[in-house]
Amino acid sequence: MSHATQDHATLSKQFNKDEARVNWHDETLWFVRQKRDKMAFSLSEWELLRGAASAIKDNVLSNLHDYLVEFEAKAQQNGVHVHWAANGAEHNQIVHSILKNHGVTQMVKSKSMLTEECHLNEYLAKNGVEVIDTDLGERIVQMREEPPSHIVLPAIHLKKEDVGETFHQHLGTEKGNKDPQYLTEAARQHLREKFLTRKLALTGVNFAIAETGEFVVCTNEGNADMGAHLADVHIACMGFEKILPKREHLGVFLRLLARSATGQPITTYSSHFKKPREGQEMHIVIVDNGRSTQLGRADFRNSLKCIRCAACFNTCPVYRRSGGHSYHTAIAGPIGSILAPNLDMARNADLPFASTLCGSCSNVCPVKIDIHDQLYKWRQVLVQEGHAPLSKKLMMRGMTFTLSNPKVYRLGGKIGRWALRNAPFMVNNGLNPWFSQRDMPEAPKESFREWYLKRQKE
Amino acid sequence: MKAVFYLFINGLKIKKMSRDKILAAIRQNQPALKPLPSLSGLNQCTFEAKEQYKNVLKSIGGHIVEVDNETEIVQYIRENYTQGHRFITTLPQFAPIAETNWSDNDPHDLENVELMLMAGTFGVAENSAIWVTEGGLGQRVAPFICQNLAIVLNAHDIVPTMHEAYERIGSADYGFGVFIAGPSKTADIEQSLVLGAHGARTLVVFLVNGA
Ligand code: SF4
Repeated sequence: MSHATQDHATLSKQFNKDEARVNWHDETLWFVRQKRDKMAFSLSEWELLRGAASAIKDNVLSNLHDYLVEFEAKAQQNGVHVHWAANGAEHNQIVHSILKNHGVTQMVKSKSMLTEECHLNEYLAKNGVEVIDTDLGERIVQMREEPPSHIVLPAIHLKKEDVGETFHQHLGTEKGNKDPQYLTEAARQHLREKFLTRKLALTGVNFAIAETGEFVVCTNEGNADMGAHLADVHIACMGFEKILPKREHLGVFLRLLARSATGQPITTYSSHFKKPREGQEMHIVIVDNGRSTQLGRADFRNSLKCIRCAACFNTCPVYRRSGGHSYHTAIAGPIGSILAPNLDMARNADLPFASTLCGSCSNVCPVKIDIHDQLYKWRQVLVQEGHAPLSKKLMMRGMTFTLSNPKVYRLGGKIGRWALRNAPFMVNNGLNPWFSQRDMPEAPKESFREWYLKRQKE
Repeated sequence: MKAVFYLFINGLKIKKMSRDKILAAIRQNQPALKPLPSLSGLNQCTFEAKEQYKNVLKSIGGHIVEVDNETEIVQYIRENYTQGHRFITTLPQFAPIAETNWSDNDPHDLENVELMLMAGTFGVAENSAIWVTEGGLGQRVAPFICQNLAIVLNAHDIVPTMHEAYERIGSADYGFGVFIAGPSKTADIEQSLVLGAHGARTLVVFLVNGA
């Protein structure tokens, strides 16, 4: 078992040191989840929409080869250069070669989880290229030299005091001023200068349409458009699963995306890029980076239906109380825990265990991915392949033994309840991970089984 | 020279190799073909389109100004935006109050625009988005770089949901098209909503009633 970094449990422990902040994180994300519910419940066709979105994505995955070929041909007809990257390294080289061709060493970038996945910023920095992230949340974490902790709300782990201090250091805002309006205005001025002076802009892609060769980028801030429409060169990077067959399918996905993500009826801007503007050069980089392997894993291919709305993050009790950084991967949360082991089983073996399997993620997912089932299936695969974290292995072995021996199970329960009542220090000690950052409930005197048997006798 | 040529060919080969490798892996790994679902019956909304449009726009930070004619629009603009600043429009009838000859300029030249006035092709009641394509924008960057955006929308041109919106767009050809819903905004600092992130700080929709 090789861990290049600390595992989820260790990193969560660090996040949980500040209880007030964890509670705030938990409540804020739950609030976003409630906004999503309000939107979902206000549409009586919500479940029909989820069903349609899921079925469209099923069709896409089953016909990806032809859709991608069609998309490429249409995009080329539209005057767009199309590139293919087998992995993150190749993606980064392609972007760098375009920069070099234009003699450009500074660029702006709007939110693209794919470039996070490929570690593009680090690669370009090593090669002498300055990248400015223009999404406000991403700019904040970039200044702090941190990765985003959430795919839709990149700086959700920070309080306004933190942002105030960061901007004071980097943008010269007043010390101690933490007013969001004031800080956003400072960022607006700072980034406007970048938009106006940078010759190359990179954006992500939310949807790419095979039928027309166009791609759609959704933002609230307008940063993708400010970058792309002012730059001489626009590069759009996409994982190959972003394909939709026809333009009309956007109707389904644009109805679901923002409602699921932030509880808005739609993002402020849904920009459809089809051809470069006159005199502009436009590139699309289509990236595999493990996706074709995932497509071949029948149990896990559904994860490729994800539209990155983050509803599964906001609802997840583990994510809310452990924070995005504890997942040590570009895409955190429940879906990240399915995607990451595909890329590197050994390094990410802990992630499918960072879940209670409560199923809330699957219930909110707008494309109906069976997220918690897949997490469960990954556990089996990881154990079989010898990648399971040791503590989990022992625990699972212990659990199999206990659960398959009813007498042992009952005895264990009795001892546990007795201990909680009479000797809480025996469970509430450093050896019991359930006790760290939690207060144990008061134990009932009898188990459900004991109560039930007694009731039957009465 | 030969070496350069060889390198070039080699580069192309590598490029093509990744493409073919990716597509071959996809072909091999994609599951058996599943049919596309029907998109009919996905709109079950019962609202009245215009009322819904107005309510949603207000709820996302936009302003509705109902007018009967262009004179009222001119009057509103004279009274509500800082005069003496740069106003631009794509609509020739507003030439008396705004510049009309700017669509061939360098887009950076729009940096100091205070107000951009344009026409929306149609609006969508369920989310108050307005669809506009390149021709109606003058310049792609115009509705983003301006400090304030105002869109003239015919009250008859409101469809209920995104399904009807795409029906209406059909197979139209455009270089760039955008749905705009409200002013630019962010909640990236502690989830506090702030209007005016990088795009327009305000959005006024002139809803033209009558005829
Ligand atoms: S898995 Fe589903 S809920 Fe989670 S981000 Fe993707 S689409 Fe959204």
